[in-house]
Amino acid sequence: MLNTLEPHPGGWERLATTFVWSAAALVTATFCWLLGDIIWHGLSHISWAFLTTPPRNAGREGGIGPILVSTLLILGVCLGVAVPLGVGTAVLLAEFTTDTSLFGRLTRRSLDVLSGVPSIVFGLFGNAFFCKTLGLGFSILSGGLTLACMVLPILIRSTEEGFRTVPTGYRLSAAALGLSRTTTLLYLLLPAAVPGLLVGLVLGVGRAIAETAALIFTSGYVDRMPQSLLDSGRALSVHIFDLSMNVSGGDSHAYASALVLIFALLAINGATSWLTKHWLSRRIVTV
Amino acid sequence: MKPFSATPDTQPWAPLEQRPACCVPKPFIEVEQLSLHYGQKPAFHGVTLAINQGCITAIVGPSGCGKTSFLTSLNRLTDLIAGCRVEGRIHLDGLDVLAPQTDVIHLRRRVGMIFQKPNPFPLSIRKNLEFPLREHGLRDRERLAGAIETGLRDVGLWDEVKDRLDSPALALSGGQQQRLCMARALVLAPEVLLMDEPCSALDPLSSGIVEDLIVSLRSRYTVLIVTHNLAQARRIADYAALFWTQNGTGRLIEAGTAKHIFGTPHEPLTVAYVSGMRG
Ligand SMILES: Nc1ncnc2c1ncn2[C@@H]1O[C@H](COP(=O)(O)OP(=O)(O)O)[C@@H](O)[C@H]1O
Ligand SMILES: [Mg+2]
Repeated sequence: MLNTLEPHPGGWERLATTFVWSAAALVTATFCWLLGDIIWHGLSHISWAFLTTPPRNAGREGGIGPILVSTLLILGVCLGVAVPLGVGTAVLLAEFTTDTSLFGRLTRRSLDVLSGVPSIVFGLFGNAFFCKTLGLGFSILSGGLTLACMVLPILIRSTEEGFRTVPTGYRLSAAALGLSRTTTLLYLLLPAAVPGLLVGLVLGVGRAIAETAALIFTSGYVDRMPQSLLDSGRALSVHIFDLSMNVSGGDSHAYASALVLIFALLAINGATSWLTKHWLSRRIVTV
Repeated sequence: MKPFSATPDTQPWAPLEQRPACCVPKPFIEVEQLSLHYGQKPAFHGVTLAINQGCITAIVGPSGCGKTSFLTSLNRLTDLIAGCRVEGRIHLDGLDVLAPQTDVIHLRRRVGMIFQKPNPFPLSIRKNLEFPLREHGLRDRERLAGAIETGLRDVGLWDEVKDRLDSPALALSGGQQQRLCMARALVLAPEVLLMDEPCSALDPLSSGIVEDLIVSLRSRYTVLIVTHNLAQARRIADYAALFWTQNGTGRLIEAGTAKHIFGTPHEPLTVAYVSGMRG
């Protein structure tokens, strides 16, 4: 404390500043190096044909068309299941249980444990439950459902946070105006909680789209164009893994696929922050 | 028991201010032996009070003596607080407020509330009024527009905002926000208006505007206002009640006409409080 009163920062302070700055620089540099490496090796292969044609020769040639479709389908299943379930659970946790109730505590604790479980465990669980027990086999549906289990904890916790940041004043004044609980929830609390939901979505989708271990066991390897949700489909991350580990001479296309994946992630991030800023602020004013 | 007496004040003191003949001294809300606990902690205990129709009743007292809690028990907002227990009886125009079968939505439509901190919804000015009206069944566009205009005129906000009804309510000044909240409550045509320190978060100018507004509500609504501002209570109230914390719980010390409370109080605490020596 005293240091801040001195005209010149003391030695410790200078050291700490240097440390903090170099740590930040290191992190940024690592990311830039990674991105640069991928762009350097991958960019030359990216073309419209690469994005739309099926892979040939185990992925050494051709493109990633069916793989992109499978990835999107898996993501679609995952979100289609996880978002309604996640919002429902978050509403229950934030609005209908107290911090001290047994049910609320139990649910929150389970979610925290679940969000720390390694993805390979989810993969094995999905394989045993969705593929075998429910008989869905290696399919996009199994993969999407497994991913849904994986992202649910993140989604629920951040949506719940979103609900909790809504000032109590809104709830009180809504109740004082004789608004029903449902109306309050739908028109006041939910719009206000959407930013939290979006943050959860970004984190969840980021985790889902980059997932390999959980998908190898559930949606499988097949790199043909899927005909239905019950077909096996190869996700982009699985494709990258396969090209770089199992296919000699697949490196260049692995780099190109990784570049597509990174751009997809950046696009999702950007779109979400844009959504939060523009669309949401307008929406709230005009329910 | 200290209900407001129906007999006219015969004190020789000059009236604090000339009151319009608003007050039919007819109790509209009757509170008997009301107590409220948050978990194990008592907020107030054994309050018996009658609130007359069409009058402004001020509740005064130091912080933490249960004034806000008392107000929120009248419209059952206490239902929203986990662990909050209300005991006793409240009758509002014959309606048993605390009975479990009482329709709270209907009750809260009859008993509007204004909070200490202005809290318009994060919607446009128009939607702030339209939303509760729609919820209570008014769908016709023209009638909605009419009700919104009347509501805003009632609080003197119409001329200030009529050109920007679709801009966010949160962009208004604090005083305007508070008047918007009053309009939002008034458009639902309540019979009672509970106000919890409605001016304490406002600058003196806005505070004066809101105060004039409250005075204009006299005789059309039964107003119950909590205020820290004794001068304000003196200026606007027909009746007054003093709450105080005794033995860790809030109690009603004395209630009566404003003339009585501010002029000739019986209780030593009231004497000390209104003369500014305590509280
Ligand atoms: N939601 C709550 N939970 C627990 N205690 C509360 C709550 N609200 C108020 N209290 C307590 O009840 C007492 C009365 O509070 P309040 O009614 O807000 O008093 P006032 O409005 O007169 O300042 C205070 O001691 C306060 O700490
Ligand atoms: Mg208070």
